[in-house]
Parts: sequence; C-alpha cells; structure tokens
Amino acid sequence: MKTGDLFRFSLGAIVAHPMRSALTALGVVIGVAAVVMMTAIGLGAQQQVTSAISGLGSNLLVVTPGAGRGFAAQAAGSGMGLSDRDAAAIRQQVEGVVAVSPAVRGGQQVVAQGANWNTRVEGVTQDYLAARDLSIASGRMFDDREAQQGRKIAVLGQTVADELFPGLDPIGQRVRIGTAPFEVIGVLASKGQSGFGQDQDDIVLTPLQAARSRLFGRRVKGDNVQQIYVKAADEDALYAMEDDVKALLRERHRIAPGADDDFQVQNMASILEAGQQATQTFTVLLAAVAAVSLLVGGVGIMNIMLVSVTERTREIGLRMALGARRSDVLMQFALESVALSLGGGLIGLLIGVSGALLLARVGQWPAAVPAWAAPVSLGFSVLVGVVFGAYPAWRAARLDPIEALRRE
Amino acid sequence: MIEVSGLQKTYLMGEERVAALADVTLSIARGEHVAVIGPSGSGKSTLMNILGGLDRPSAGTYRFEREAVGEFDDDQLADFRNRRIGFVFQSFQLLPRLSALQNVELPLVYAGVDPRERRERAAELLGRVGLGSRMDHRPTQLSGGQQQRVAIARALANGPDLLLADEPTGALDQATGQEVLTLFDELNRQGLTLLVVTHDAGVAARARRRIAFRDGRVVSDDGAGA
Ligand SMILES: Nc1ncnc2c1ncn2[C@@H]1O[C@H](COP(=O)(O)OP(=O)(O)OP(=O)(O)O)[C@@H](O)[C@H]1O
Ligand SMILES: [Mg+2]
Repeated sequence: MKTGDLFRFSLGAIVAHPMRSALTALGVVIGVAAVVMMTAIGLGAQQQVTSAISGLGSNLLVVTPGAGRGFAAQAAGSGMGLSDRDAAAIRQQVEGVVAVSPAVRGGQQVVAQGANWNTRVEGVTQDYLAARDLSIASGRMFDDREAQQGRKIAVLGQTVADELFPGLDPIGQRVRIGTAPFEVIGVLASKGQSGFGQDQDDIVLTPLQAARSRLFGRRVKGDNVQQIYVKAADEDALYAMEDDVKALLRERHRIAPGADDDFQVQNMASILEAGQQATQTFTVLLAAVAAVSLLVGGVGIMNIMLVSVTERTREIGLRMALGARRSDVLMQFALESVALSLGGGLIGLLIGVSGALLLARVGQWPAAVPAWAAPVSLGFSVLVGVVFGAYPAWRAARLDPIEALRRE
Repeated sequence: MIEVSGLQKTYLMGEERVAALADVTLSIARGEHVAVIGPSGSGKSTLMNILGGLDRPSAGTYRFEREAVGEFDDDQLADFRNRRIGFVFQSFQLLPRLSALQNVELPLVYAGVDPRERRERAAELLGRVGLGSRMDHRPTQLSGGQQQRVAIARALANGPDLLLADEPTGALDQATGQEVLTLFDELNRQGLTLLVVTHDAGVAARARRRIAFRDGRVVSDDGAGA
C-alpha cells in the first residue's frame, strides 16, 4: 500500500474521535510543555549565574588573608595577613599578571551638600579598574602614586553620584566619607545590577592609603590589605597564575611544606565553573522530573491505543481479509500513536515556549528557551509515540483475522 | 482452478482435538457456481476460510492455480486474499466511518492503486451493483440489501478469480436476498467462479453444483468431476 494512504488511515482514526484524541495527547502536551519550561527556567538560572560571576571580573584571582576554613583557623589568628608588599611581589614575580590591585573595603556614610548615602567604599590602586573590568565615565581615575600617597580624592559609582549630586556634575565637588573630606575626581561607567541582584554602581573608590589611614584605620593595621585582585590575560594563564601566586605567598609567609596556607586564592573561573555545574545539575534535575510526566503521557497513549485496538478488532480483521499485510496494520496503528504524540508534542512546545516567555516577562525570571527545544522535544514526542505505540500496534498486527472478524 | 486433497483442520480444545475438517478432497474449476451446504458445525466456514487464505490447513494440500497456498507465508496470503479472492460476509462487514465508495476502495488501497484510478474503479463497480447514486452514503444510511451490494462491489474491486460468500443472504429478507442472488448469477455468467456457503435450500438450488458437508467431511457432491 502507499504511504499516503497509511497516513490517511491513521489521521482519519484520530480525526474521527477529536475529543478522545485530544485527551489522549494531553499527557504528552503537559509533558513536553513541562520539559520545555523547566529547561528554560534552568538555563535561565544558568545564564544568570554565569553573568553574575563573570560580572565580578573575568580571569580574576581574589586573594584574601586567613585560612578561611571555618572558625578554628581564624580564631587561631592565622598567619600574618596580606600586605602591599605581597601585592607588589605578585606584580613583579608572577608571570602573566595583567593587573594587581590590593584593596581595603567597608561600608561608609558619604555626605555631600546635605545629601547622604550609605555605600561601599574600596581603597584600591589604579589597576583595580582593569582587574574588575570597570571604566571611567567622566573625570579620571587616581594613579598609583596618588594611591600610595593617600590623597583624599574619590571616584564615585554612578548610583552614588546620582544620589549625592542629582543633575549636577560631581567632578571637583567635595564629599565627606565617614569623617574625612574627599574631592571627587571621577565617575565610573555604569555596570548596572549584578547577577546576584547587587547594584554594582553603589560604590566609592578612594586611594588605598587614604582609605587605610582615614577610613578603616581601626581595622587595617600597617600596610595590610583585605584583598588582592590579580588579573590574568586569559583563562589559560589564570590557572598557572593561581599556582604561582600560591607558591609565592607561601614562600613570602614562610609557610612550612605541608602546613596550611594562611591565605585563600579564589579563582573566578573555577567558581564560574562550579556555579555553572550546579545550575546545570539543577536544569537536568528539573528536566528529568518533567520528563517523567512525558512518560506518563506515553503510558496514556498506550492505554488508549490498546483500547482502540480492542474496539477496532473487527475492522482489523476485515482489513486483513481485504489484503492488508500485518505490516500495514502495524504501521497504521504505530503511525496513529506517533501522530497523537507528535501533535501533543507540538502543542506542548507552543505552550512551553509561551509559558517560559511569560515567566520571563511577568515573573522576571530569566527563562531562556534553547534553540534545540523544538527539534529535541518533537524528537522525543515521536520517540514516545513509537515506544508506547509499538505494543498496541504489535497486538493489532498479530490478530487472527478469522477471530477478529467474528468479534462483535 | 482449486485442488484440495486430504485437507484437515483440527483445533485443540483443552485436551480434546476437534476436527473441523476431517479429510476433504475436492476440486473446483474456473467458472463454477458451487453451493456448500451442511448442518451447523459441519466445517463449511472452516473450508471457506482456508480456500480464501484466511486460515491454514493442519494437514493436506491446497493448490490454487497450481500454487501451494497452504505453504504461503503471512504476506503472501495477504496478497493472495487481496488480488485473487473476494469475500462476502453474512454481516456485510463494512467500515461505518467510510462512505460506500471508500469501502469499495479499500482492497484497491492495499493493492497500491492510485487514488484517481481507485475512485473510478470503485464508482464503476458501485454502478454495476446498482448503487451508482449512493456512493457517498455511509453504511448506516443504506438498507441491508444495499449494504450487501456494496460489500459485493468491494469483493470485486481487484478483479478476483474466486468469490467466497458465507451465508450472504443470512441477514437479508426474502426479496433483497433474491436481488443479491440474481447479482451472483449475473457475475457467474460473466465468468466469475463462485462458492456460496448456505443453509438455505433455495440459495443452494440456484447453484449449478452442491457440495454437502457433515462432521468435516464431504458427504455428497452432485457435480464432482464437472
Ligand atoms: N477457533 C476454533 N476453535 C475451536 N473449534 C473451532 C474453531 N473454529 C471452528 N471450530 C469448530 O469447528 C467446527 C466447524 O466449524 P465451522 O465454523 O466451520 O462450522 P460451519 O459449518 O460453518 O457451521 P455454521 O453453519 O453454524 O456456520 C465446529 O465444531 C466448531 O466448533
Ligand atoms: Mg459457518
């Protein structure tokens, strides 16, 4: 028989009972819609985590003092902390370093012309901009000499500038940070919200030395720093650099072989990887749960197809008597379940995609429908139809025509 | 055309072996009009099913135009039924969802005939059985006699060598039964070989040869060797 006729028979049976066909396909509709939506949600989370972490600066190492492994290590007053000299040594001795910025930081109140604003102040050096992928929108950044001299100058984040000097040019204006007066010399280009929901423009940068002596003197002794940002040219260099920085600091801090580090090096690339892995697991988990409903949809199809084969036993017997081969009968019923499943998959895909888009718009969840959603979900629908349609179709094809014809 | 010898069909009912056909030997020539008669359970339908390629014998040989139909595989049997046999059933066996025309088209579909040619042939056949004006009717919109004529048109679709009818008038009243039998006579005159299973002495009388069965055996055959 001709393939076209096969399709006609299969689709004819579906169209003959529209309500029943719709209900049969409903399981697959829900299954596919759920898989598409869950995948979109998971991938959205994945993208968000990626942009959140890479927003902290790419190819970046963040070195912090302390062993960092719980209270015990910190309570023991571990080590000697980090200092400007550690930062300088890293810059001079570690290969592949693009930028190094030591930093001290803390929350401060900033006041200007009666307006005041609580923000995060970081005492840094010029390299900080390069390390954190920041740039200046207007005015200028302080240079290294100014950073070390501790001139009382400041570069404002966009949010701080807007809060303190609405509609005004803040360059050249004076602000009071904590108790010390500073002059504004620049404004950072806006970076917007971080992926973690933090306003990255809510920041003030001051020369390292100024912050140490004027702002955080009580917490930061001598030439100690709280963080050292180290930037590599690219991700490959980053991992080599991480080892070099560790080795150098161990040597400088005279840490005996086998003893624990008294500092911590966070590699942004590996954090990113870990974050991506976690969200990927999350995505797979969501999709797997959703896939279960797709399976249930398949079982629904199998159920109705079995009923249908029983109901149409006489028809099957007749078709055989008129010359249908067993393979013709098999194909007719298999095609029917594939068509049901594929139709359900198509509708489910539409619902899933619109659901994801709606969620992205209304729920502000960055659902991302992947390009492969369509081919994969339709492919799976076909697979479900084949797998769960195979048994009913086989039952139909195996019927004895004489007995089938005798059935009432 | 048909050579059957030592044909047996046994069914296993639990421990017991039921011989639906005990030992049947007969031959039917092209163009014959045969009635198969006998009491209920004598094996008439069983013989018809084997001759039509719906069933296989347990023992013995069945040759159709010298071909050993008894040894055909499933696909060969399907093609045999499709091209060489036309079935007419007591209960018509029309598909209720399809129109008269589509029902007649069914064997042509399985023969792989083009839709256009199919429709022409089906329409022509419906005309031949006097239903040219009822082609788009569903079976439920037709009388019993009309339904059986649609079934006959369907049986003729692929130009079969043999028409097998099991109690074709069993579900019809006297008058419409006669219409169907008249149609059979006409088809037989045009050269079609006919084998009609019946209880009805009147139906049997119209055949040129009567084969009587009892307990799975031929007990009389008034045209043997014809
Ligand atoms: N599938 C089967 N399993 C067991 N026994 C069967 C089967 N089919 C037929 N038989 C038996 O074979 C015998 C012949 O049956 P068959 O249907 O050929 O009789 P028949 O002559 O057509 O009777 P009727 O005139 O009532 O239609 C019967 O005894 C019947 O019970
Ligand atoms: Mg019978």
